[in-house]
Amino acid sequence: MSVLTVREKLAILSDAAKYDASCASSGSAKKDSLKSGGIGSTEGMGICHSYAPDGRCISLLKILLTNFCIYDCSYCINRSSSNVKRARFSVDEVVKLTMDFYRRNYIEGLFLSSGVIRSPDETMGEMVEVARRLRLEEKFSGYIHLKTIPESSAELVEKAGLYADRLSINVELPTDEGVKKLAPEKKPETIRLSMARLRQTMEEKAEPTLRTKKRERFAPGGQSTQMIVGADKTSDDGILHTSARLYGSYHLRRVYYSAFSPIPDSSSSLPLQKPPLMREHRLYQADWLMRFYGFSQPEILAGSSDGMLDLAIDPKLAWALRNRGQFPVDINRADRESLLRVPGLGTKVVAKILETRRHRRMRLEDVGRICQSIAKLRPFIIAEGWSPGALTDKQGLRDKIVRSCEQLSLF
Amino acid sequence: MQPAELDLARYSVRLESETDFSGWRDAARRLALNEIKPGDVSWHVAAGSDQPPGDLPAVPVGAQLVVPRDFIEHAETAFCHSDPSRFAFLYRLLWRLRTEPKLLAIASDPDTRRLEAMEKAVRRDSHKMHAFVRFRKIGDGDEERYVAWFEPDHFIVERNADFFVRRFTGMRWTILTPYASADWDGERLAIGPGSAKGDAPDQDDTEALWRTYFENIFNPARLKVKVMQKEMPKKYWRNLPEASLIPGLIAGADKAAVAMIAKMPTTPAPHHAKVQARHWPKQPVETPQDGDASTISELREAAKGCRRCPLWRDATQTVFGEGPDNAKVIFVGEQPGDQEDLAGKPFVGPAGKVFDAILDDAGVDRQKVYVTNAVKHFKFEPRGKRRIHSKPNAGEIQACRWWIDREFELIKPDLAVALGATAALSLLGKAIAVTKMRGQVIERKDGLRVFITIHPSFILRIHEPADKEAERERFLQDMNQVKRLMVA
Repeated sequence: MSVLTVREKLAILSDAAKYDASCASSGSAKKDSLKSGGIGSTEGMGICHSYAPDGRCISLLKILLTNFCIYDCSYCINRSSSNVKRARFSVDEVVKLTMDFYRRNYIEGLFLSSGVIRSPDETMGEMVEVARRLRLEEKFSGYIHLKTIPESSAELVEKAGLYADRLSINVELPTDEGVKKLAPEKKPETIRLSMARLRQTMEEKAEPTLRTKKRERFAPGGQSTQMIVGADKTSDDGILHTSARLYGSYHLRRVYYSAFSPIPDSSSSLPLQKPPLMREHRLYQADWLMRFYGFSQPEILAGSSDGMLDLAIDPKLAWALRNRGQFPVDINRADRESLLRVPGLGTKVVAKILETRRHRRMRLEDVGRICQSIAKLRPFIIAEGWSPGALTDKQGLRDKIVRSCEQLSLF
Repeated sequence: MQPAELDLARYSVRLESETDFSGWRDAARRLALNEIKPGDVSWHVAAGSDQPPGDLPAVPVGAQLVVPRDFIEHAETAFCHSDPSRFAFLYRLLWRLRTEPKLLAIASDPDTRRLEAMEKAVRRDSHKMHAFVRFRKIGDGDEERYVAWFEPDHFIVERNADFFVRRFTGMRWTILTPYASADWDGERLAIGPGSAKGDAPDQDDTEALWRTYFENIFNPARLKVKVMQKEMPKKYWRNLPEASLIPGLIAGADKAAVAMIAKMPTTPAPHHAKVQARHWPKQPVETPQDGDASTISELREAAKGCRRCPLWRDATQTVFGEGPDNAKVIFVGEQPGDQEDLAGKPFVGPAGKVFDAILDDAGVDRQKVYVTNAVKHFKFEPRGKRRIHSKPNAGEIQACRWWIDREFELIKPDLAVALGATAALSLLGKAIAVTKMRGQVIERKDGLRVFITIHPSFILRIHEPADKEAERERFLQDMNQVKRLMVA
């Protein structure tokens, strides 16, 4: 086999990484290079440095250390039975690429994942070495996200947390049965235990030590995970149930949903079709309802017939239409929790309403001025001089809203 | 500049530059304190002009201008906006704030809306500058420098320079824009005049790699052009080295996606069989052999894969009993909690700590007792980022008795301690009133003595310190009694 150039390896190993949805570079501890005189900063909010035509943000150099892999997960292009071209970066090459890209302001940092070669510890060890070199030798203060290999040793994971901003472990699929079927060598039990151990270590290190009263730095950006949607038959309700369990059990910062994408040379056990992107989008919206809008997981789809999110309208509007008894909500009197349940009102707008109404009573036009569109809102609120009357309970309300919102939709 | 306006206005204010906020602030203060209405002022920028600054009245002795503290911050941001009417607009806001101090809290007011929109535009432009500045390297070794050309919509170079200093401290860099430049030599930041695109280098060797990355990280099966353009509007494209690839990628996407789908599964790669044989040797299919366990550790192993009720689905792991396999007493709790579920050990969470401390006070050596739970998987409701404990039901308790019974068979203790109602139900097979039966010993048909008491988590839930202490004391007495029963 001829020796590949760095550029050829980059082509293979970024192509191999493109099916992973995790991308965020936000939520870590603030740091910069003023003291060290090195390169890099993270300031809480991540920055997307470019966008690919698939609409996804490019914030990190997202690559695999190698796409050789001993596992044979049927949804993965890098599975051992795949005929994809293989390559392997050296630690040096990844460090240099990261620094070269960062200095030109192409990226916020590195997201390093890897196929597993020989043993989990050996692979994980090399990933940790990349992070160590970046931090200690290059004085790099940018973002580092390492994809932890569940079977690797506790010591290595601890070291990884020392250098990385965020660690993640993929749950792969929403159910244990799904993992057993599509990733026969992966063990859901081990994945859970690894996440549990990560949460424990994060909590341990967050306690100030008795002697120094200082907190040890350990993955300040927390842990995240990804699951593939649409490769097995799990319903949206089932997927959200798994997410709620993961957020609650392991205190994840994010659960990423990745619509199963057809992959070249794909395994025959999988659907051969375009990924259900709208479904992925609706799942993210439902996820937000759980994390920022006070919805519990079971109520998001309660009363739906098939446990699937409505593809035509957002999950909050769908919920409101199924629970019309809770509306209309009085803009001038309702508490924050009730306002957050009104379709079309986001957290920022609700904060503005609460502030504004301390000084004056709000009319429908006032609300209209601070939110994007009034079409979705009107049937669900009471404002000064406005009452929806029978509109809230009207048959065909859903279609009417869908029509007036269609122009606003991004898709 | 509109001369007609100048003629009509009684006061004309000349600012040093588009970003001369302190000049504006000083003038606005003087004007407002002299009761000069917004309509009587015209504002203009005349950098380096010889004209004397407009004659503005002095601040009356002892006069003070009171504005909400956050106004200055908002105004400073909006001041960077490219709208030439911003100076007059901000003065009008200041004028209104004198009599309407809550104005900025009224989100529906048109002036407040406009201020917000201006700030948002400036912040967005700043954010895009953080994102889309592309440095190009010139020189090597001691001569190494990084130079970028960027075209902001607003006057944001001064505002953003510190960000680049914090981020690229160890680099020498210059950002050139049409109206100003920022230069960092490794020690000092200098803001200079604007320049032309031609002053910046037009290429960099690393761009070929960056373009390779951009091309390959794109998934043609997920084309979403509108979303991309919303976040990366075309006006930025001309200065982004990767953007010239976009039209080609979009045009080829459908074909590429169809090709991906059409490419039928092929035969496994040649090395696959070898990899499988080396790493995943076929193991004989294991059938669950729960019944065969002849020691506690075998039983613990068997319980790991327990599927006797659906609770395993949401829990992390089976939390089995712990302690010597010849213990004289077995303590039975309800079910593992959040901490136990993570650690895989019983009684390690807050209730476990209370339990340990009281056992210690009673002089019972925890090392010599066996501690387990009636139900071996954590049952909970996820609520945000917490797990709220929920009580196991009779069916779950019944399913788990299979394990409890075997633990008792193998350990053969003299005494069981039921901590709480769930444990009592599991051990006695019927519901009893724990508070009424507390401190009593019930003998089962098989001769096992069961001591009834509360679950230590009950103590944790009491808020009143005196009551809490009293309850702790009662539990200590219970444990003293357990100790006596162990000896007997």
